[in-house]
Amino acid sequence: MTTALSFENLTLGYDRLPAVQRLETEIPQGSLTAVVGPNGAGKSTLLKGVIGTLTPLEGKIGFGEFCRDDIAYLPQQSDIDRGFPLTVVDLVSMGLWRQIGPFGRVRRAQRARVADAIAAVGLTGFEKRSIGSLSGGQMQRVLFARLLLQDAQLVLLDEPFNAVDTRTMADLLEIIARWHREGRTVLAVLHDFDSVRTHFPRTLMLAREMVAHGATEDVLTSENQFRARQMCEACASTPHVCGKDAA
Amino acid sequence: MIWDAIIAPFAEFGFMRRALLGCVAISLGATPVGVFLMLRRMSLTGDAMAHAILPGAAIGYLVSGLSLGAMTIGGLVAGMAVALASGFVTRATALREDASLAAFYLISLALGVLIVSTRGSNVDLMHVLFGTVLALDNAALILLCSIASLSILGVAILFRPLVMECADPQFLRSVSGLSAVTHFTFLSLCVLNLVGGFHALGTLMAVGIMILPAAGARFFASSIAGLIGVAVLIAIGSSVTGLLLSYHFSLPSGPAIILVAGIAYVLALLFGPVGGLVTQAIPKSQVNP
Repeated sequence: MTTALSFENLTLGYDRLPAVQRLETEIPQGSLTAVVGPNGAGKSTLLKGVIGTLTPLEGKIGFGEFCRDDIAYLPQQSDIDRGFPLTVVDLVSMGLWRQIGPFGRVRRAQRARVADAIAAVGLTGFEKRSIGSLSGGQMQRVLFARLLLQDAQLVLLDEPFNAVDTRTMADLLEIIARWHREGRTVLAVLHDFDSVRTHFPRTLMLAREMVAHGATEDVLTSENQFRARQMCEACASTPHVCGKDAA
Repeated sequence: MIWDAIIAPFAEFGFMRRALLGCVAISLGATPVGVFLMLRRMSLTGDAMAHAILPGAAIGYLVSGLSLGAMTIGGLVAGMAVALASGFVTRATALREDASLAAFYLISLALGVLIVSTRGSNVDLMHVLFGTVLALDNAALILLCSIASLSILGVAILFRPLVMECADPQFLRSVSGLSAVTHFTFLSLCVLNLVGGFHALGTLMAVGIMILPAAGARFFASSIAGLIGVAVLIAIGSSVTGLLLSYHFSLPSGPAIILVAGIAYVLALLFGPVGGLVTQAIPKSQVNP
């Protein structure tokens, strides 16, 4: 089994305080993995480490056959300034960055790809709408259209179903399933264990340290969930000595 | 009548034409930077940077008197030092950028006023604080036009990363290493325009021509290109009107220009078609009930 991502004794954090500690595991290529854990478990931090926004305090991240150019990242909606005067087509076109770079022109064929991506998420007709006028679900569809354009082998999703209705969630899950069928590696931070059990074959449970990683039915046990909560509560009270030792 | 009121002051007096050219150059260069400052919620950062350049200009004045080159270089060095120091403190400590910038600009401002007050006259202090738009010489005009050209070129080159850095910084960081470069180049353009602007409008007023037209444009346009276009028009219109008011009523030119830009902002706030207060109060007609 080829490895898409490997975490080798990885510690990530902010202001020298670790948010993910001593993570040691591998994500298989072509896998569909949910990253779960209590609030403050380091799930989003892990994704920021993979895209390079955070530099490891210790250890390293291995990319297997990938390089950082093969990664597409869906940030949390709260990271995006919805008041910025951008239209749907402007935001989706950002997915062409790797082809056009900071200065290149969007050519006719690329405009057609943008239109196809917008159609694939069911937003044809919304091209000229400002992103500030969209609902949470429509905005998430726009961000998925941008991911489609990026056409990356490794897809990182940070809470992709926050504030979306069930119809939108079903549509977005279908896109994720298609990526999985195409052999892309998908890593998604999620809170809803029911959808993880139904749609994600593998799960990585974090509580700053790794609690468990493997087949979803083996990871999402009540013992693991209890242990994860205990570890995170210990971290909240003594952040400098948190982890398995404190639990 | 119209000739006497509007055209004659510029047609008859070289100093008015020079002032107009200087103001148009500042409007073209500084206003697009102001639009991005506003969109990045950094309008007060512009104000802080405007204050930060004062000690550099004051030291330049002490060394060489009212020398364009010395005061420009001094202002640039002081502005960039404050931008870099506050950026470093933000990244190295838990202090947020607004707090570290405020700390450095207040130190810088106090230092500047102290230097000018102890070693110069009140006239010198007024020159640095409020500018001398009616006394721009050839060298000053060349400097203002060069800064405007550089600024327009810089914004054009940076446009896409700047938009991404404003709207979705995490995404820019995930696809490109240009995030930090974009941020510091943008701050450099901001300092450069403020240094250019202070020769004409003074350190305290220069930021006005950057921010007020941008804030007013928000009520007329909803695209970035539209915002920049409207803001530049407001800035140029304010410059022409302010200079004429200054000429006819013997008012200080810098404050007159900024005050007109302020009136334009208030009018836009009230009557602007995109979210102006009056526009919002008028009920929309029902279509196809």
